[in-house]
Amino acid sequence: MAQECAVELRQVTKRFADVAAVRHMSLEVPDGEFFSLLGPSGCGKTTTLRLIGGFEIPTEGEICIGGEPQGYKPPYQRPVNTVFQNYALFPHMNVYENVAFGLQMQKVPIDEARRRVAEALEMVRLSGLDKRRPNQLSGGQQQRVALARALVNHPKVLLLDEPLGALDLKLRKAMQLELKALQERVGITFVYVTHDQEEALTMSDRIGVMCQGELLQVGTALEVYESPQSRFVADFIGDSNYLAGDVLSVDQGVAEVALAPDVRVRAPAAPDVRQGKRASVTFRPEKMHINAAPDPSSNQLTCVITDVVYTGSTTTYVVAFRDAPRIMVRQINEEVSVGAVASPGDQVTISWPVGVSKAFLEEGAGD
Amino acid sequence: MIEALRRRPGLRAGALILPATAFLVVFFVAPLFIVLAYSFLERGTYGGVVWAFTLENFRRAFDPLYLRTFLRSAYIAGATTLLTLVLGYPFAYFIATRRPQTRNVLLLALMIPFWTNFLIRTYAWLTILRTNTGLLNAALLSLGLIREPLPLFGNDFAILLGLVYGWFPDMVLPLFAAISRLDPSLLEAARDLYASNRQVFLRVVWPLTLPGVAAGSILVFIPSLGAFITPTLLGGGRSLMIGNIINNQFLAAHDWPFGAALSTIMIGIMLLATIGYLRIVRRQA
Repeated sequence: MAQECAVELRQVTKRFADVAAVRHMSLEVPDGEFFSLLGPSGCGKTTTLRLIGGFEIPTEGEICIGGEPQGYKPPYQRPVNTVFQNYALFPHMNVYENVAFGLQMQKVPIDEARRRVAEALEMVRLSGLDKRRPNQLSGGQQQRVALARALVNHPKVLLLDEPLGALDLKLRKAMQLELKALQERVGITFVYVTHDQEEALTMSDRIGVMCQGELLQVGTALEVYESPQSRFVADFIGDSNYLAGDVLSVDQGVAEVALAPDVRVRAPAAPDVRQGKRASVTFRPEKMHINAAPDPSSNQLTCVITDVVYTGSTTTYVVAFRDAPRIMVRQINEEVSVGAVASPGDQVTISWPVGVSKAFLEEGAGD
Repeated sequence: MIEALRRRPGLRAGALILPATAFLVVFFVAPLFIVLAYSFLERGTYGGVVWAFTLENFRRAFDPLYLRTFLRSAYIAGATTLLTLVLGYPFAYFIATRRPQTRNVLLLALMIPFWTNFLIRTYAWLTILRTNTGLLNAALLSLGLIREPLPLFGNDFAILLGLVYGWFPDMVLPLFAAISRLDPSLLEAARDLYASNRQVFLRVVWPLTLPGVAAGSILVFIPSLGAFITPTLLGGGRSLMIGNIINNQFLAAHDWPFGAALSTIMIGIMLLATIGYLRIVRRQA
């Protein structure tokens, strides 16, 4: 193995009473990676983080940090630190005391502690606020204190539990870039939990998508967005359109799906899609064209526009295909002068390249 | 009149708190000033006061005899406070960290004994502790565990036991409130930052629950300082506290001004304790 593994989960399961919050999860996070666990609330991502941090102990399986099995080690014996969801700053201590807490507990000599706290505060651009109490700081500043308090200990891995959740949108976007830059600067492995797919895509080297306690897919932002391996991942990350139909044939990994007796589309098939099954074809709104010249490598549908939504940088056309759920087509507004290319009620041809779509087995239609 | 109230919310609020204010002025503020005034007057022959100004009562109150009783009372009240705190803190912590249903049952169990009159409960301790015929000594003697009756009654031990028992809930409830307000993620953060269990308690739990500790201590210290039923019944008439002396000045010695002076000094001590409490709370905020 070229790179050391900062965090490794081997077949980890965590049950609370008889509910499995995390199921047979295996994962390797290489040293220095910014890894995000992404999923809806209740998917087990926070539990996974707490398992790594030592706040919970796995029911089954093993967790290694820096190659060492952690077993029953409590949080304070693990080379990790956590940034908590609501920061969990000590309200009775000022900024300096909060950041110095971990060093004091480890009995770091006072001169060294002072130097390291100053360093950490400078790193998060909070120098000069040492004497403030947490309740005298803004949300963004509190967030930085929480970061400094964790990073000052030079952990092998930093665990972050939705650290930006409480901030407003503008600040959150700014902090996303700042966090990413910070992580690259300090080179510490980050394991970041979020339910915000955009946040995960923006910051992460790799993303693990979780659902109902299972890790569905691990990959770079590009991989999980462009080649989702399950309908859930396609649905959860970004917007997707779906059209259901019967699989007529699967040839060299490409399925031909009949949406209606006279309408057929082609899409790369997921492994479990076979002839005779129901499948749903998914495709992204921004990869579609309206009234483009016919092309044999594209799918085409004739639809009626039901709505046109202008959102500044893009315009979204909502189109109806027979009785199928609404389909979204997103066009970038490159030039000011170009208005909507069609209006509600117009009949249009929408098309998308076969390669950018994917056919998944319809849920509940398995063997 | 009604129309005027409707138009001016300030006036309306005033009208609403008027009954409570009047009650407090007549039955609380006025008596307090009467006590203060009497403490500077001369005693009447058969009780009551003679309207002549004197500082004699306060001079007498600082006589070593009474000063010693004050100190003793402060010592007993302080020991009671400390004991209820040491016993009550783990107890309150336990209750506060249970599930809500369990929590309510435990709180109810704590309160139920206190639905019985204080005097009756103190008499109950008397029958348990009494030297020769007390239940505890009798049981230990008949089991052959002891030869001589233990000195359980008529001493400071009995007074302390009675007071600790009597004021226990007053310590536990504010502690419970403070501990249940603690954010559990703060404890996790401390553990994450390498604090041992002991350090988590000393550096996070204790300082953050200090307002509860202070409130409970005030609620126990003040009534313990003025206690007179408990020392009378369980102290066997020998272990006197300042409450007994004040009681005697009014009911037996008919020296109202001196009783008033002792009361004034005691109220002063309580006031200082309360100010101390407020400072602790303010430092936390």
